[in-house]
Amino acid sequence: MSFALKDDRSEKEIFAHRAVLASVFVFFLVLVLATRMFFLQVTEHDVYATKSENNRVQLQPVPPIRGLIFDRNGVLLAENQPSHSLTVVTERVDDLEQTLALIDTLVGLTTDEKEKFLKRVNQWRRPYEAITLKYKLSETAIAKLMVNNPFLKGVQVEAELIRHYPKGADFAHVLGYVGQINEREKKRLDPSRYKATRRIGKIGIERYYEDLLHGQPGFQKVETNAQGRVLKVLERKSPTPGRNLILNVDATLQKKAYDAFKGRRGSLVAMDPNTGGVLAMVSSPSFDPNLFVNGISHNKYNSLRDSLDKPLFDRATRGQYPPGSTMKPFIGLGFLESGVTSWSEKIEDPGWYMLENDERVYRDWKRKGHGDAIGLRHAIIQSCDTYFYEMSFRTGIDYLNPFLTKFGFGKNTALDIGNALPALLPTREWKKKHRGRSWYAGDTLNLGLGQGYMLATPLQLATAMSVFAAKGEWNRAKLVQFIDSEELKEETKPDNVVIKNPDDWNRMGRAMEGVIKHYLGTAKGLANNLNYRLAGKTGTAQVVGIKQNEEYDSEALLERQRDHALFVSYAPVNDPKIAVAVVVENGESAGSTAGPIAKIVTDEYLASLKNLDNHLGETYGR
Amino acid sequence: MAGDFSRQLDLGDSSGKNIWKKLHLDPKLFALLMILALAGLFILYSASGQNISMIYRQATYYGLGFSIMLIIAQFHPRWFQMAAPWMYGAGIVALLLVFLIGVGAKGAQRWLSVFGVFRFQPSEIMKLVVPMTMAWFLASQLLPPKFKVIAISMGIIFVPTLMVMKQPDLGTSLLIAGSGIFALLLAGLSWRWIALALVTVLAIAPVMWYGVMHDYQKQRVLTFLDPESDPLGSGWNIIQSKTAIGSGGVEGKGWLQGTQSQLEFLPERHTDFIIAVFAEEQGLIGVLLLLALYLAIVIRGLYMASKARDSFSRLLAGSLMITFFIYVFVNIGMVSGILPVVGVPLPLISYGGTSIVTLMAAFGVIMSVYTHRQA
Repeated sequence: MSFALKDDRSEKEIFAHRAVLASVFVFFLVLVLATRMFFLQVTEHDVYATKSENNRVQLQPVPPIRGLIFDRNGVLLAENQPSHSLTVVTERVDDLEQTLALIDTLVGLTTDEKEKFLKRVNQWRRPYEAITLKYKLSETAIAKLMVNNPFLKGVQVEAELIRHYPKGADFAHVLGYVGQINEREKKRLDPSRYKATRRIGKIGIERYYEDLLHGQPGFQKVETNAQGRVLKVLERKSPTPGRNLILNVDATLQKKAYDAFKGRRGSLVAMDPNTGGVLAMVSSPSFDPNLFVNGISHNKYNSLRDSLDKPLFDRATRGQYPPGSTMKPFIGLGFLESGVTSWSEKIEDPGWYMLENDERVYRDWKRKGHGDAIGLRHAIIQSCDTYFYEMSFRTGIDYLNPFLTKFGFGKNTALDIGNALPALLPTREWKKKHRGRSWYAGDTLNLGLGQGYMLATPLQLATAMSVFAAKGEWNRAKLVQFIDSEELKEETKPDNVVIKNPDDWNRMGRAMEGVIKHYLGTAKGLANNLNYRLAGKTGTAQVVGIKQNEEYDSEALLERQRDHALFVSYAPVNDPKIAVAVVVENGESAGSTAGPIAKIVTDEYLASLKNLDNHLGETYGR
Repeated sequence: MAGDFSRQLDLGDSSGKNIWKKLHLDPKLFALLMILALAGLFILYSASGQNISMIYRQATYYGLGFSIMLIIAQFHPRWFQMAAPWMYGAGIVALLLVFLIGVGAKGAQRWLSVFGVFRFQPSEIMKLVVPMTMAWFLASQLLPPKFKVIAISMGIIFVPTLMVMKQPDLGTSLLIAGSGIFALLLAGLSWRWIALALVTVLAIAPVMWYGVMHDYQKQRVLTFLDPESDPLGSGWNIIQSKTAIGSGGVEGKGWLQGTQSQLEFLPERHTDFIIAVFAEEQGLIGVLLLLALYLAIVIRGLYMASKARDSFSRLLAGSLMITFFIYVFVNIGMVSGILPVVGVPLPLISYGGTSIVTLMAAFGVIMSVYTHRQA
């Protein structure tokens, strides 16, 4: 092939020469590597040592255990149940779709769960935050997931405590519920307290007492691997659990009250006049608060929200109704206090009333009137409107308004019910401002009947009744009795209602007793099987503002145009233990719809007190 | 002269010397390789997360590798010379088969299944066959090589290189090319050609970038240039390996104590990134000792090559040794972040049978050319 002879000697020399060069080159490259290693391991050692330590050790916040909520007898109303959830750190998942498909075949996913999960995936969140895909995993599901762990990168089974409300719908509006912390809340919350917390009180007690219920988080220094799995706890400071709440509410009474509505729209508030403690607070219909804890689905939420019965609406604290004749005992006291009349004055009631210079006829609910000699006592018993027109006219708005304010109308006086509405006790200024007209005498007449512009919530009516039952002594409505073992303090109270002649409390109370006992009483039906002294007052409120413009639902609308039935009461008259206010929407006849509900609750509560007394008597030999 | 020196270092025991001679092994290189293998087992024990069955398998691979070295050492170099062109032909066919009936993983087709019994990578064999063929070809030519010889050499080198590159396996293809080119360099390629080649490489780099490289290969290069740009994706490996190495410091965290490796922050810790485990646990001292060990092996190998009986043997052994070192350099370079991440294992330390067996076969060749020089 080659013309020249191969010269092995020279080739060997060339090779030796090149081999030496190669050795030098190799040595140089080794030097390069050594220099690089020196740079990383000596020069930059501190940087990487810190990085490695940060990699290894994580300071994790440990969420505190949320405080429990009990009723007045120690019945558990809100607890924390251990639950295993399936969470996904999407940043660690290679193929989310494939992973979801695998999870689906292993443990099954509802479209609801997928939808909620994907919604959360697209929302703002902390990087590497685990998103819950499925709650309440069964033992079998956990086992299946564990076995397939190698194929489920970024998927973890987490144990956590989940809020549970064993009494469900009974207490939904009282307790409220906790739900996932949303973006807006996240900005507002103190990150050092809420870093590990997933849920926060959204409404009700859960929201009002969030600060106390939540507790203080602890932390733990943990060693984790690259998958974020905790391998070792290096240091731990335990969280401080939230404080437990003991309510004034009686769970048995609450259930009785809720059931008494039989699904009708309405509300009941029962209070202890001696303390202001709320014994029962019902808004019907209600909903299951447990639905909200893990995030409610769109469909369920929409059906609750769009229901004509408005189950999500808390009628007890936010339902504003014209109180109607239930205002008469308070207004009647105002007449006496203002001096325009006395118990002895009697007037004639033709069934209507007219003002001078006004052509309008103000009618009594009873067409033929209540006779020619009606006084305050029978104006209460029979709920005579004409009497109240006359006396309201005499007393005037400028006296009535401040007097009724003393009973808490027109403001939120509750101690720990944050979202209760003030409703409306109209004044001249209010009308000028909101209606653009001056106050007419006719407006006062309407107010005298608890109608016109006036609005009150069931909570306000119960509070006013409670203050009345306590002969003017104020105790603000309060849901919570004890925080742990510490009694809830009531630092400021409204001024007690003081009247010139304290016996008027008793006389008015006896008149209200007549509402039930007297054969002309508007709630005489309640007198059957009554073994204590019950004082009450009925009321009806005209439903206004609903326009009959939708033909297809006319029957439902007609039903919804009926008057609201109201009833306020307290018992026993000589030593009041319970004051109640009931509203039955479109209940029409107060004496036969709202009254019986109040009586059921009063019966139950007084019976339970008696049982307790007997029990204590046996125990302590009293 | 140097040979005399090495003989003087041997123990005066002539029977021991005879055994090595009969076995056709160089005791020094053998000892160095044994040390490396033993060190490898210790490192792997930690890097595998104390997976004892992996240690057994790796030990088996070492046993297999040393056996193959022993067997190959028995062949006279002229056998390799005769077989070289045939093996080259067979290798090209095998690479073609990979395209046609090969099996793959992660989008690359590299494996050839033999009767469904075992799988092997023809590209691994080519690492041995290309320098062998180059040595065979160059030995038959007048050296230093002239243009025509260089041109044919380029053909011999780049046909398999391009085939492997298309599998795609960039790392292996570059190493195959390298092993061939080293033979050319050792044969006395003139400096003018070397300069020209460097210029050419710089010129075709853009062509490679836009025409030949796959996206994931480009990504690796980009990540190499700026690993922080994708800290959780492709940059993760290099950031974690640098952290492992750097946090090891001078003395290291101790065997089995490397948090980066033991807590699984380090990916591929028992294969390509095993040096990071070692550097974390044994520190700079350990790394320098390991580098010294590799350096000793390479220098010894080159020395043995220079003592070979003919050009073929010298060129073959020399280019295999340099290639071996290049593996070391590329692997440690990539793990420590001065080279892009290409899939090159750390020779004789990383877990894996193919690599060990191929490398030990190469050492068998070196043993053969050194021990058959008189006959």
